[in-house]
Amino acid sequence: MTQFISLFQAAIMFGSVIMFGALGEILTERSGNLNLGVPGIMYLGGIAGLIGSFFYEASTTSPSPVVGMLIALVCAFGMAALGGLIFSFLTISLRANQNVTGLTLTIFGGGVANFFGGSLNKLAGGVGQISVAATSSAFRTATPLAGMGTAGKLFFSYGFLAYAAIVIAVFLHYFMSRSRKGLNLRAVGENPGTADAAGINVTRNKYLATCMGAGVSGLGGLYYVMDYTKGTWANDGGIESLGWLAVALVIFATWKPLNAIWGSYLFGLLFWMYFYIPGLNRSSQELFKMLPYIVTLVVLVAVSLRNKKENQPPASLGLPYFREER
Amino acid sequence: MSNSAVERGEPLIHVSKRVGIAQSKAWAIRGAALVLALMISGLVIFSIVHLSPLKVYGAMFEGAFGTSRRAWVTIRDAMMMLCVAVGLAPAFKMRFWNIGAEGQILVGAIATAACMIYLGNSLPTPALLAVMMVVSVIAGGVWGLIPGVFKARWGTNETLFTLMMNYVAIQLTSFAVSKWETPIGSNSVGIINQKSNAGWFPPIFGQAYTLNVVIVLTLAVLMYVYLKYSKQGYEISVVGDSENTARYAGISVRKVYIRTMFLSGAICGIAGFLAVSGSSHTISVDTAGGRGFTAIIVAWLAKFNTFVMILFSFLLMFLEKGAVEIASRYNLNSFVSDIITGILLFCILGSEFFINYKVSFRRKHS
Repeated sequence: MTQFISLFQAAIMFGSVIMFGALGEILTERSGNLNLGVPGIMYLGGIAGLIGSFFYEASTTSPSPVVGMLIALVCAFGMAALGGLIFSFLTISLRANQNVTGLTLTIFGGGVANFFGGSLNKLAGGVGQISVAATSSAFRTATPLAGMGTAGKLFFSYGFLAYAAIVIAVFLHYFMSRSRKGLNLRAVGENPGTADAAGINVTRNKYLATCMGAGVSGLGGLYYVMDYTKGTWANDGGIESLGWLAVALVIFATWKPLNAIWGSYLFGLLFWMYFYIPGLNRSSQELFKMLPYIVTLVVLVAVSLRNKKENQPPASLGLPYFREER
Repeated sequence: MSNSAVERGEPLIHVSKRVGIAQSKAWAIRGAALVLALMISGLVIFSIVHLSPLKVYGAMFEGAFGTSRRAWVTIRDAMMMLCVAVGLAPAFKMRFWNIGAEGQILVGAIATAACMIYLGNSLPTPALLAVMMVVSVIAGGVWGLIPGVFKARWGTNETLFTLMMNYVAIQLTSFAVSKWETPIGSNSVGIINQKSNAGWFPPIFGQAYTLNVVIVLTLAVLMYVYLKYSKQGYEISVVGDSENTARYAGISVRKVYIRTMFLSGAICGIAGFLAVSGSSHTISVDTAGGRGFTAIIVAWLAKFNTFVMILFSFLLMFLEKGAVEIASRYNLNSFVSDIITGILLFCILGSEFFINYKVSFRRKHS
């Protein structure tokens, strides 16, 4: 039972990181922008939140966790949105290729984050590991219901960002299927030419969706830094592989935010399962870690085989829009 | 009065597609982007280390080409990058987004390492090298073939398929490492055949990496000819421009997809062969080291011209080696190279806009 609880908890924490990344990317892709810079954006969000709270905690003798938390949130969202802005400017205004720009953003974001993260570790001296204990504790405070036996441990023992991810997913679902603005956004992603003719501002929609989406993805990086690794930094490429999994999750969820909720937890379960299966030696563990990727491949193939209309990617995904070229 | 441009509501900036642009002008724009990138990077470096950017670039040059050993390492790594970019060129020309070079390199590397370990003592060097090359070609080719077949048959999205194949390959590599690790428990394979040097590239003209250069440059020339002058190369470019046109012209689009992806993966597999047999003589999950992604940008920016790719490969390698040098000299960490690479690529990507489009501002009045 304890084994099951800890697997469940690991799955949810892992899932929350990639859920943020995937939700942001869903918003972005619904506007027709395929941003392969998600890992870079999550890196930017994570490091900005860490730097913000680090300097705050270093500047006062008794840092207030709540203030540190707010600073981290604002820094992470803002920096990640800035990354999205670079992507938007290059692909929307300058019409650069989206795949190539996204990959560049991944290299750049990873470079910035690991450079400053590594430097901060040096700056912190001593054990060579920075730590923002106060802020991280604010992120990791469990809900008051966590004490309620097994159910408390299973469902209420996480920091608030894990719940925020679910709230954002539900919000995005309603936004994109019920609100006029959301429907306009989807129209842009499906057929920008038609949307433009209907009087929807394509450029503004794409910019907004990409920047906001990047901001949400960035929170995934923040959650990773503050909660998953408890307010520390390591140049181990952890965020990058999670970022690519977030991209995979977007496909797995067939571009629907509600699917991303259970999809992310399932990924977490698959990812950590090897740890809890008895009798695996190290080499078979490595094979087991392939599972999330293989499952995504299967879903990808299944989606293309069934060819159902509502499960397809946005029709203009990855294509630039230039009014004069219609 | 009411005729002024502002009142007529003309936009401030007017963008129109260029019909054609002189090659010299296009290269001038790219050159300007390069200068801009170096200036921005210089500013970034200056704000971190407070040293004159010129001095920093001097140090970078020394790091990349300062001694003949360093120069050869730079050349070796640039060749590896070029090899991957050459492999990606046909796929991307076909508008097939092969993001999976990383994985194709790794399976080629695994195949090579397996040959070195299991056949190292039973075959003479030339035969062993030939076997390793063939095996790595098959491994990489099959890894590329799988997404190609799915795309051709069912239109499965290749960007995401190849991306996932990378991670499957990475786990396969971890698996191989855990099988072959020496000493046991070290979680690394160590230098393979350190005593016998079996399966290592033999030095030619006293240089260990001559064979790398020969192989990759040969591939680059062959690929140039293949894409530009062969029937298959022509089919690739027709499919890339418009699938429907290709179908109308009687080209079997499926066949082109599958054939080209095998070719693309196979050459990336050779890159894995070079990485293991021709340079590191070991294998780890870092054997591909992100080259599969960077090479996409190299291939794209060079417009699939393999000779221009040589230029970009060297430029990026210079930045990487140079940044490692300033990092160790000024006690920074080497990720500064990724930052500079990112800035450079952003600038060049942005500059393409000014090559393809003409920007004119609203006149005062007309």
